[in-house]
This record gives sequence, structure tokens and C-alpha cells, in this order.
Amino acid sequence: MTLDWLTLAEWTIKSLILIVLLITGFAYLTLFERRVLARMQVRIGPNRAGPFGILQPVADGVKLIFKEELIPDKADKVVFVLAPVITLIPALIILAVIPFGPTVQIGGREVAMGIADDLDVGVLYIMAVASVAVYGITLAGWSSNNKYALLGGLRSSAQMVSYEIALGLSFIGPILLANSMSMRTIVESQQGWWFILVQPIGFLIFVIATVAEVNRAPFDMPEAEQELAAGYHVEYSGMKFALMFMAEYDKMIAVAAIGASLFLGGYWGPWVDQVPLLGPLYLFLKVMAILFLMIWMRATLPRLRYDRLMAFGWKVMLPLALVNVVFTAGLVLVIGG
Amino acid sequence: MFAVELARGMWTTFRSMFERPVTYQYPEVKRPVRERFRGRHALKRYENGLEKCIGCALCAAACPADAIFVEASENTDAARYSPGERYASTYEINMLRCIFCGYCEDACPTEAIVLEHNYELSFTLRRQALYTREMLLDPVAAGGQPTPMAVPPGAFPRSIPVMQNPD
Repeated sequence: MTLDWLTLAEWTIKSLILIVLLITGFAYLTLFERRVLARMQVRIGPNRAGPFGILQPVADGVKLIFKEELIPDKADKVVFVLAPVITLIPALIILAVIPFGPTVQIGGREVAMGIADDLDVGVLYIMAVASVAVYGITLAGWSSNNKYALLGGLRSSAQMVSYEIALGLSFIGPILLANSMSMRTIVESQQGWWFILVQPIGFLIFVIATVAEVNRAPFDMPEAEQELAAGYHVEYSGMKFALMFMAEYDKMIAVAAIGASLFLGGYWGPWVDQVPLLGPLYLFLKVMAILFLMIWMRATLPRLRYDRLMAFGWKVMLPLALVNVVFTAGLVLVIGG
Repeated sequence: MFAVELARGMWTTFRSMFERPVTYQYPEVKRPVRERFRGRHALKRYENGLEKCIGCALCAAACPADAIFVEASENTDAARYSPGERYASTYEINMLRCIFCGYCEDACPTEAIVLEHNYELSFTLRRQALYTREMLLDPVAAGGQPTPMAVPPGAFPRSIPVMQNPD
């Protein structure tokens, strides 16, 4: 592809849209989570700032900006400052391979809704980038020079490495069925039926593994308040804490978008081929459904004990994922995709 | 089975989303209190406006937290506050000490002090916790006169008043 200025402008605009989307998405996901959790606990939830509390994230942001930034005296300062950035960047760039809608014509120019959505190693890119995020968390725990932070960081990395295998194996189902690693091809091959219909176990493994991957309840081991204070981000305050927080929620959005694209048909829905703008809307609804499921699980399930969590990852999830891969491969071989 | 238990738990939390919230939108919607709730004290009046309190300080004696301070003065027919011989010229309750036990209510011989339903007793200075006689006294009922009032001589001969509305 020749890099003329029009292409460059298109990519810049698309990246800007994506980043703004993720920042506002993070802000409103916190509000959504708080409201849903409140309703599940038979409370009302934050509804003071603005109508229905829609200005609550703004209030939280302003509060965090004016908080004192604290760097522990004995901390490794460079790594300490760098760690939130290393955590956040993968969460932001992972969405680049998600197609948001079909290709549209703008002024005689074919514009794909998505930045690198037709990348032929899209799924591999997701795995690679998702693994980088664990460095940020481990480094945050290490550089804080705090025993709780260190333990949280180590637990987090062990947990993420364990569940990444099951996660990767759950990706193989859609890859085999679509016969491609490009996210756009995977989404487009789900026009007839969603992959969740033939991959229910794959989807289940995906959901469990991603909840573990983004360190959320019931797998929020690294942050276990009762035993580790706040885990790896115990020493972080102010905007650096906000970055950690943002990374966590943006990762939630990212994995929800990946799940929606791999198993729930991505942007596909009725009349998308006639009205392309319906694509992002369908994707949004599917992402919201998965996010709701994650919040719902947090509201319901207590935290797992650490040894059980590891045992579950290696002794249940991994064999199940392997069986699912073999089963899917056999299915593709017999029926022919 | 583990999966069934899981589903039951998820169903329980989902169902509770549609229940009426147990919390209140506080400053706008206030939680109703019970009839016998013991909140802030009020000093009562008779229908004609005379104060029920005769300054006997039995409430201060009964108070286990020593929160009440009463100073009594003599009534005269030219400036009458209560139907009895004396009235409370100073009546202070320290809300930082009060434990809202209601013993003052029980001790009062004229039913002058009553714990009512107001529980919004916040203050920013310790001095504001001192509720004075003027703050605690109920407003004069319709048809009554404010105290001190001038009464015809000899209308209230008893030092301990009969506990009924005077004419």
C-alpha cells in the first residue's frame, strides 16, 4: 500500500476516533458498572452528578487529577512511572484489528470501518498485544518496592500466563471455522450463523479465560483487597492510578469486542449490508451484552482461592480447550468448514 | 452440581435488579420513622401559649449523660411563662452528650419535654451542639399568646400546676 497523505489522514482520523471512543468508553463503563452493581445490590447507585449521574465520570476524573501524585521513596522511579503506560497502551491498540462495520464509500474512496481489521494475522496480533499488558502489571508490582504490590504483580502474571493458553486455544475454534486469522474474514463468515452456535464450549472457555485475563472478579486475585490491600497498584495515586484503572476497563472493552467479533458475529446483524452504519450499533450492543455479563459475574461470584484458581486453569480449562480444538478440527474435516 | 448452583446464584443477582431499592434518595426522600422514635427534644406549651416546663430540673437529674442544664426563675403575674411557681429561664441540651434514651421524657412531671421525630442534628462547631430553650420551644399554637404574658393576679395560685389546659 502506498502511503499517500489521504491514507495517512484516514488512519489518523480513525485512530483518533478509536482513542476518544476508548477514553469515553472507559469513563462510562465505570458508571455503567456502578449502576448495575448498585441495582443488583438493591441500591440506587450514583445518580447525583447530572441527570441519571451521567456527569459522575467527569467528577471522578476531576477528583483524580487534583489528587496528590505520590512516588514511594524507595521505588524504582523510571519503571514506576512507565508501568501504567505499558499497561495502558496494549489495551488501547488491541482494538485496531476489530472491524466496526462493513466497508463504506466516502467520496469515491473505500473506507473500512476499522484500522487494521483485514490484517491477515489479526488473531495472533490480539494474543501478542494482550500478553504485553502483563509486563506493565508485573513491573508496577516490582517497582513499587512494596511486598503487597510485588505479590499482586507476581500472582497477576502467573494467572495471566496460565489462562492465556486456554484463551489462545479458544480462539482456534473460530479460526478453523472461518479458515482465516483475519478478524474481518472471521466476522464476515458469520453472516449465516454465529460461531457461538457451534462453539458453545469455546465461548464459555473464552469468557472464563478473559475474565481471568483482565483480572476481574471472581479471578481478581492480584487485587484481592483482604490479603493484598490493592495488589499491584497499591502505591499508585492520582492520575497514574487513573491510568491503571483505565487500562483495566479498556481491556474489558477490548476483550468484549474480541468476543463479540469471534463468537457473536461482530457487526453482523439484519440489514447491515443495506445500512452500513448499523454495523457499529450491532457491535456496540453485543459488546454491552458481554460487559454486562462480566459485571453480573462480579456481582455474583466470590473470589477463588489462589491454588484453586491455578488448578482450575491447568486441570480443567486447558484440557477442555484442547478437547474443543480437536472436536472442532474433526468437525471441519468431516463437514468441510 | 456446581453449574446449577452457579446458575442459581446468577439468577438471584439478576432478579434483585428488579426489586425496589432499599436505600432512599435521602435529602429529597426521607425514611419514615416509627411513632415512638426518639429524635430531637421539644419543649411543649399549653394551648393558650404558657410553657409546660416549670423548671423543676428533674429531667437534668434523670439524664444519665448529664446533657441537660436547667436554671429556674420565679414567675410573676406581670410576666408569666408557665402556670406554676417557677419556669425554666435557661434550658440547654448538649446534643453531643445526649444519648436519646428518653429518661427526661419519663421524669418530667408536666410532660413538657418530648423526644420527637427530627433526627437531622448535624453541626460544624461544638457550640452549635448546644440547643437552647428558644430552639427547643414549640411555637405558640393558634389562639395562644406568646410568653411572657400578663395574667390577672391570682389566676395561677398553685406552685405545682394542675396538668390541664388553663383557661
